[in-house]
Amino acid sequence: MNRRDFLKNSITVIAGLAVPLSALELINPRKLLAKKDGESAVRWAFLVDTQACVGCGFCVKACKTENGIPHETNITRTWVERYVVTKTGKTYIDSPKGARDGFTANRIDLGEEGHQEIDKDDVEKAFFVPKLCNQCENPACVQVCPVGATYQTPDGVVLVDRKHCIGCAYCIMACPYGVRSFHPEYKTAEKCTFCYHLITRGMKTACVDACPFGARKIGNLRDPDDPVTKTIMSGRVGILKEQYGTKPQVYYLALSREVK
Amino acid sequence: MVHGEAWTLKELFVYPNEYIYWTIQIVMYPFMTGLVAGAFVLSSLYHVFGIKELKDIARFSLVFSFALLPVAMVPLQLHLQHPERGIEVMLTPHFTSAIAAFGIAFSTYGMIVATELWFVYRKHFVETAQALRAKRDKSLPERGQYFLFSALTLGAWDISAQALAKDEKGVKIMATAGIPVACLLHGYAGFIFGSVKANALWTTPLMPFIFICSAVVSGIALCVLSYIVTMEIRKLMVTWKRKSDPSLPTPEEIRTVEMFEVTMTARYLVLALLAALGLELLDLLFRDYAKFHSWEIVRTLIYGKDFVNVFVIQYGLGNLVPLVLFLLPGLTVRRAVVATLLVLMGVFMMRWNLVIGGQAFSASFAGFMHYELPVIPHDIETFKEGLIGAILVGIMPFVFFWGLIKIFPVFRCEDSH
Amino acid sequence: MGSHVWRPLYIAAALIALVLVARTFLVPDDFGIHEQGYMYGWHRKGNEAEWKVMTVKYRTAAYCRECHEDKTESLARTPHGIISCENCHGPALNHPDDPPTLTIDRSRALCLRCHALLITPTSGRADIAGINPDTHNPEAECTLCHDPHNPVIRSRSDEQARLSQK
Repeated sequence: MNRRDFLKNSITVIAGLAVPLSALELINPRKLLAKKDGESAVRWAFLVDTQACVGCGFCVKACKTENGIPHETNITRTWVERYVVTKTGKTYIDSPKGARDGFTANRIDLGEEGHQEIDKDDVEKAFFVPKLCNQCENPACVQVCPVGATYQTPDGVVLVDRKHCIGCAYCIMACPYGVRSFHPEYKTAEKCTFCYHLITRGMKTACVDACPFGARKIGNLRDPDDPVTKTIMSGRVGILKEQYGTKPQVYYLALSREVK
Repeated sequence: MVHGEAWTLKELFVYPNEYIYWTIQIVMYPFMTGLVAGAFVLSSLYHVFGIKELKDIARFSLVFSFALLPVAMVPLQLHLQHPERGIEVMLTPHFTSAIAAFGIAFSTYGMIVATELWFVYRKHFVETAQALRAKRDKSLPERGQYFLFSALTLGAWDISAQALAKDEKGVKIMATAGIPVACLLHGYAGFIFGSVKANALWTTPLMPFIFICSAVVSGIALCVLSYIVTMEIRKLMVTWKRKSDPSLPTPEEIRTVEMFEVTMTARYLVLALLAALGLELLDLLFRDYAKFHSWEIVRTLIYGKDFVNVFVIQYGLGNLVPLVLFLLPGLTVRRAVVATLLVLMGVFMMRWNLVIGGQAFSASFAGFMHYELPVIPHDIETFKEGLIGAILVGIMPFVFFWGLIKIFPVFRCEDSH
Repeated sequence: MGSHVWRPLYIAAALIALVLVARTFLVPDDFGIHEQGYMYGWHRKGNEAEWKVMTVKYRTAAYCRECHEDKTESLARTPHGIISCENCHGPALNHPDDPPTLTIDRSRALCLRCHALLITPTSGRADIAGINPDTHNPEAECTLCHDPHNPVIRSRSDEQARLSQK
C-alpha cells in the first residue's frame, strides 16, 4: 500500500471512530417515532372559575414575585382579562398591565385607542377571566422548537431550558394562546411553569395560593380522588381554542362565548 | 423594555405578552434565501435544460447565488437573542421544527453550489496556478494567489479533454441535484410560516409553493437587473479601453448579447410571476369563500390598514405593472430595468406583508399591533432589528460578489462550460 | 475511484464528520429523546432538576400559622380570612431569619384591588362591598380608618361613635 492510500484509509478509520454512538440515536426510527410512554403517576391540570374571579390581580403579583419577573417589566406569566358586554351587544376586553395592579377603574384600556368610558346602565354582563399556560397535551410550541430547548416533562408541564434556548421566538409565534414571551434578562423564552419548583414538593402554585376566592385550583388528573379532577371529569367545563388540536389542560368553569 | 416593546404599538385588545417579535430581519431572511434559490434555478436552466441562449447570464447567476449564500445567515444571527447558540440548530436539531431543516437544507445547498462552481472553474484554477508557478519572481500578493489557486484545484491538475468532459458531466449532475435542494431551501421557509396554525394569515398548505415561485421570481429579477447593470458598465469601459486593445468586443456587440439574454430570461420570470400571483390570490379567495373564523380579522386588516401595502404596492406595482411591462412587445433595456426593480420591490413587500402583516393583528382576533421600524438606532437591539441592520444585509451580497469574481470571473468566458 | 470528480464529496464528508465530532464536546451527555418521545421530549434531562430547585419565595399561610397562630385564628373569623397573609405582607422567603421582619403594604392601591366598585353585575365581584375610589376619601390610606385584620364595614370613626354611645 503506498503512502497516499495508507493516509486515506487511516483518516477514514479515525473519522469513523469519532462518530459517537449517541449521535446515531437520531437515526434510530424506533426512538424517533416512539409515542409518549405515559407511565407518570401525575398529570397536572388546572381549574379556573370565571364566576368567582373578581379581578383583584393578587395572582399576577404573586406570580411575578415568585418567578422573578421584574415588577416593571411588561410581560407576565399569567394575567386576568376583563370582559364588559353592553346591552347593544358590543364586547370590550382589556387587561391593563396584565392586571398586575388589579382593575380599579371602570374605564376600559384600549391601548393606542385610548380609554372607553362605560355607562353603568349600559352593561349587560361583565366578568373576569384568568389566563395562564395551558400546559397542552400536544404543545405546538414544543413541536416547533428547532433545538430542543423547550420540552414536556413526564407529568405534563412544558418547560424551557434557559441554557439552551437560542431566542428565535418560533415557540412564541406558535402558541395560539399568547402565553409566551422573552425574559428581559435571560433573553430566553419565558412562560408559566405551573410553579414547577412548588408543585413538585407538594405545594400549590403561587397564583393558586394567592387567590382569595378560590378561582384557581390545580390538581392531578391521574388521581381520581382529587377534587379538581372530579370537577373536570364530571362538571361543565370548557377549554380555550379547541380547534387548534393542542389539548389544553386548563379547564374553565362558566366559560362564556366572548372569551378569546 | 422587553424584546418587541420598543417598536410595537397595541390597539384594542392584545394579549399582554404579545409584541411584534419577528421583525425586519425575518423579512430579510426569506427575501435573501429567495434570491439565492432563484439565482441558482436561473443558472440551472442553462446547465440542465441546455437553453444555450442563457449561457452568458448562467455563469453570472451561479456566482451571485454563491455570494448570496453566506448573507442568508446574517439576518438570522442578527435576530437571535442568543446568536452564539445558533450552532445548536446543527448540533441538537429538533426536526419536528421546520427551522431545524435549515441546518440540512443550507449545508446541502452550499455544498452543491460550491461543488458546481468547482467543476465550472477548475480549468481556470489550474491554468492560473500554472501561469503563476511559471513566474520566477513572484510578489507577495502573487505568492498568495498561487497558494490560493493551487489549493482550489484540490490536487486535480489534469485538464485534458477527458478530464474536462468529466467536469462538464459533474456540472450537469450538480445543477440537476441543486434544483430540488434550492426548492427545499426556500420551500421550507414557506413551511415555517404555513405550518403555524396559530397565525391566521400564515397558516395555509400553499405557503411552501408560494414561496418557491416568488423565490424564482426574485432570483431571476435580481440576476437580470445585476446583469444589465454590469453590461452597461462594461459598455462604458470597453468604449474607453478599445483605443488601446481593439480585440475587445464593441459596445454594439455587448448590447446585442445583453438584449437577447434579457428577453429570453424575462419569459421565465413572467411564468414564475403568474404562478406566484395565482397561488396567492387562490389563498385569499379560498379563505373568503369558506368564511373561516380567522378570516374576519385578516380581511379587516388587508382591506383596511394594510390596503395600500397589499393591493397597491405588492399586487399592483409589484406584480401587475411588471407583468404588463414584460408582456408588451418591444422590450427595451430601460423597460426591463424598471420592471425588475418593481418585481424586487413586490417580492420584498410580499415578505413584509406576510411577516409584519401576520403580527399586525392579535391572536385574540380582537386587537391590532402596529410595527414602528426603528430607523435611528439608540441601542444594540434597535440597530440589529432596525433599518440600518436591514440595509447592511442588503448590501452584503454585492460586497461578497465583488470579492468572489476575483476568483470566479464571470466575464469573457470563452472557456466556460 | 481514481477520478478527480469525487474530491468535493470527500470534503463534504469531512465537514459532516467534523460536526459529529464537535457534538461530543459541545452537547451534554443527558441530551436526548426522553419519556415524551422525540416530538415532545427532545431535551437536556438535567434541566428538569434545575427548575425544581428554584428558590421558594411564598411559604403560604400554613407556614405563617406555625408562629402567628393568634393572628391567623382571629383573621379566620373575618371576611379577610380568605386572603393569604403574604398578599399584603410580601413573600416570607426565609423569615424569620432573612428577612427578620416583613413589610406591611398599607397602600390604597392594594385595597382597591377588591374594593373599587366596578360595574360587574354577573361576576363574584358584585358580592364584595365597594367604594368609588374617586369620591371616597381620595388620597387617604384606607388603613387610617379601616383595620385590615378586622374589616367590618364600620370605619374607625363610626366605631368610636358607637362606643361612645354605650
